[in-house]
Amino acid sequence: MAAPMYFSVVVTVTIVKLLLIPSYRSTDFEVHRNWLAITHSRPVSQWYYEDTSEWTLDYPPMFAWFEFLLSRIAKLFDPAMLEVTNLNYASFATVLFQRLSVIVSDFVLVYAVYECCQCVQVLCCFRCCQCVQLVGKKKSPHLLSQPMFVLAVLLLWNFGLLIVDHIHFQYNGFLTGLKLLSIARILQRRHLEGAFWFSLLLNFKHIYLYIAPAYFIFLLRSYCFTRSNRDGRVQWTSLSLMNLFGLGVVVLEVFAISFGPFIAMGQLGQVLSRLFPVKRGLVHAYWAPNFWALYNIADKAATAVAVRAKLLSADDITKATMTGGLVQEYTHNALPTITPLVTVILTLAAMMPALVHLWRRPCTPRDFLRCLVLCAFSSFLFGYHVHEKAIILIIIPLSLLAVESRQDGQVFLLLSTCGHLSLFPLLFTQAETPSKVCLMLMFSLFAFMSLGVLHSSSKKRPYCLPLLSPLETAYTVGLVFLQLYCSLGHHTLGLTTRLPFLPLMLTSVYCAVGVMWSWLKFYLITLTDMQHLKQS
Amino acid sequence: MPQHPTMDTRFGTLCTAVVFAVFVRWVVSLNSYSGMGKPPMYGDYEAQRHWMEITTNLPIKQWYFNGTDNDLLYWGLDYPPLTAYHMWLCGKVAEWIDPDWTSLFASRGYESYEHKLFMRYSVLIGDVVIYIPAVLLYCFLQKKFTHTQKVLLSCVLLLFPGLIIIDYGHFQYNSISLGLTLWAVIALSHRHEVLGSAAFMLALCYKQMSLYHAMPFFCYLLGKCWQQRWKKGFFSLCCIGVSVLATFAFVWMPFLSDKDLFLQVVHRIFPVARGVFEDKVSNFWCSLSVVVKFRNFMSHEGLLKLCLATTLLGLVPSSLDLLFRPSGNKFKLALVNSSLVFFLFSFQVHEKSILLPALPVCLLLPWRPFTSTWFLTIATFSMLPLLVKDGLVIATLITSILFIIAVELGLQGVSSDPTIGCPVCIWSSKNLPWLPHRVFFYAVKSGFYASLMGALFLGLLSVVVPPPSSLPDLWPVLISVYSCSHFIGFTLYYHIVQLMTTDSKETAAQKTKKTQ
Repeated sequence: MAAPMYFSVVVTVTIVKLLLIPSYRSTDFEVHRNWLAITHSRPVSQWYYEDTSEWTLDYPPMFAWFEFLLSRIAKLFDPAMLEVTNLNYASFATVLFQRLSVIVSDFVLVYAVYECCQCVQVLCCFRCCQCVQLVGKKKSPHLLSQPMFVLAVLLLWNFGLLIVDHIHFQYNGFLTGLKLLSIARILQRRHLEGAFWFSLLLNFKHIYLYIAPAYFIFLLRSYCFTRSNRDGRVQWTSLSLMNLFGLGVVVLEVFAISFGPFIAMGQLGQVLSRLFPVKRGLVHAYWAPNFWALYNIADKAATAVAVRAKLLSADDITKATMTGGLVQEYTHNALPTITPLVTVILTLAAMMPALVHLWRRPCTPRDFLRCLVLCAFSSFLFGYHVHEKAIILIIIPLSLLAVESRQDGQVFLLLSTCGHLSLFPLLFTQAETPSKVCLMLMFSLFAFMSLGVLHSSSKKRPYCLPLLSPLETAYTVGLVFLQLYCSLGHHTLGLTTRLPFLPLMLTSVYCAVGVMWSWLKFYLITLTDMQHLKQS
Repeated sequence: MPQHPTMDTRFGTLCTAVVFAVFVRWVVSLNSYSGMGKPPMYGDYEAQRHWMEITTNLPIKQWYFNGTDNDLLYWGLDYPPLTAYHMWLCGKVAEWIDPDWTSLFASRGYESYEHKLFMRYSVLIGDVVIYIPAVLLYCFLQKKFTHTQKVLLSCVLLLFPGLIIIDYGHFQYNSISLGLTLWAVIALSHRHEVLGSAAFMLALCYKQMSLYHAMPFFCYLLGKCWQQRWKKGFFSLCCIGVSVLATFAFVWMPFLSDKDLFLQVVHRIFPVARGVFEDKVSNFWCSLSVVVKFRNFMSHEGLLKLCLATTLLGLVPSSLDLLFRPSGNKFKLALVNSSLVFFLFSFQVHEKSILLPALPVCLLLPWRPFTSTWFLTIATFSMLPLLVKDGLVIATLITSILFIIAVELGLQGVSSDPTIGCPVCIWSSKNLPWLPHRVFFYAVKSGFYASLMGALFLGLLSVVVPPPSSLPDLWPVLISVYSCSHFIGFTLYYHIVQLMTTDSKETAAQKTKKTQ
């Protein structure tokens, strides 16, 4: 892709981000302001003990250092925001600085996406041949049929990143940038750099532990073991101790720089207790569209049936059930209550086939990406206290695959549509409704159009969205009606006071169905992909 | 094979462009509006809300009269009836949502999160119903363009920052009157004179400022009828006359029963008693007043007459040219010229009135991308003093950058050769062969960049540096004079272009028709 084209995509999306400055901000804005204040005005030894605000520092040390750096610049904008006791402070200069810090740090993402787009050239060699053919015919290919352009837009204009970072307020763009950079390095076969960026990323935000197993298996399999047997199995004798040692040094070094000072101060326990709070419930206040949303709704249905059938008395039902999941501690009535241990076992069990599959093949970058997506999927679906925002972790790496193969494109379209729609309740203020609907429409229209053009086939099914089956089309159209009901119909029917949580519940359960379906489909694609046999 | 765009992708790209335009509009509307939290008079936002209050609570005959229930000194209704009806409709909806929003007297200065949302939605609905479809239709009726060009053009036109910032930031309903004017232009260029004149009449009945465009409409229609054979021409003139009068009568019906009532409305609409310009406007009189304090030696009436005389004089060249050689191209240019002359010389000009010349300049974008981009950017800049007051500087800056980038990407507005189609250059290449063509190219380009840099610099100064206490209006005046010098230059440029344009094809075709 020509650099000017990429430049224009970057500039337009940056302008959109700047335009979003006056939008609504969630409490995460105050969280990050507080962290700026903590890292600026407290010594390092106090960072993980400071608790003037309820929003204590609960990201790994690297992120704290990042905030520390930001606070140096923040001083020039408005020093008042750097006082720990100045709770809920949001002057114009503070807002401007915080918003701009997200926009500027997003340039890590811009660089990483550029690197990824270069790699796609390697991945999509087949398609590029076509482009070359077209160029050879002196017929410039349509913009939508250039995989690199499509990928750049899918990643930079990602709906989830835009609304979570630039409306809701977080630094996911920057972190996703680090992640994509590590992926790009791995696609370029610069494994050590990939490992470095990923371990750095882990020290910025520990949620990326979700995808760590894929990195671990991949690096072990394809970097530490250097050869494969003819059937694709690992050749145990080819273990390169040199590579293993180098990898270990890189990873441990990053962790040592990050956690070392805190271990030296004897604060490791305190830091870890901040990073992994265990007192939260199975699901978030708003259920993320995962397996537990379906489990909860099944529990509700079973409870209702049981009460009818007098198997359960009304007294047994805990209050939390009645408030529809608003209380964080959630106890199930009819079905067994889920403990954190159960979710860990289930998550690992769901990852296992993907990891074993990755291990048993001569790992290609495509296998690695698929495994990465499956790990993120498993943690999202079965994890304990998962945020709906974690869907971005799946959609971003899946975008890379979507421009490359038709099947992945199918999964991507379904998952990105329902996954992004499940983010709608994140922005509940009325003034943001048109913004989120427009952004979502733009992203989905572009995704369907461009992937439809990229993977167009001669047999086109009538009345279906591009690449989707009739059933999936019906499901996707259903999302529109769901959203219409939630934003207009529910209020009009006058159910707002009687069933206040029904729209949220409907959204998460309906989206959960789509996410589960995409997961199963994607697993099937991965396990039945026999391309390595053809290659060997 | 990657297929070439099918029907789906064509529709899809268009939808994406429109959704993007709507998105930008909405995001701008999250900013503050004029007079936000500034009692006792607030600003245009309160004016529009107050009109909703007046029209829903009082009988129609009292809308324009001062009375116990209607204090005309507090944002009295001074727009034509169609605006009043629109406000009545919005007011009824507002009343249905929350009666507090329109209750008489009690609702003065009402501000709330929900009310702001309601007002912003009302602008968006007007825009989506009238202006956006007109722009799309205009772009898609250009026969010589490919589909991609049409989509890009409509996206660029919809992103003109001046209109977005005034309607969605400052708060007004300009997109309705401008949209109606655009409908009229489209109808005229497709030979639906009756519909076109009716649409323009509606625009005029929505906002009297549309009078800036009236002269070209009149001359074009008259010229077109003139060209036809005697009987046919007279007949079509009658049709146009009937449609204009009927539209007018229809809109003004409730006010035609009584002569006093009618005169009162007219008096409210044309406030001759007010000053020659409001605040600091980048027109001729305001810039002149920096040097010559003509208010000291001229009476109010004298000024009024002077304005009238200069405006009429300024209208003569473009109008006569259009009258005798009417063509679609000249019509658009005449719209620019006439509205620019009105803006520069007429009485009681607002800084927002620059939107009226901006509309026809937008229409010229695909043919004269360079000069149009320049004009539209300076037009937005000329409203800066107002936008500083409303707290819309950042939004203005960002949308202006977005517009310039969009023009560059969509129409090569900045990088295109400004000398192509420039009559001066054509003339010089014919008559002054020793003068190299490149001279013009570099002169215009450097002029453009210098002008934009100057605007940026002046804008930054006015925001960052407080003016000296002896000259509190220093920055607004400087901005006005700076923009005014540009507008005078553009007026000359567009006049030359109009007078030198010859639609050889059209006139030739008509000549053959006449001889038959």
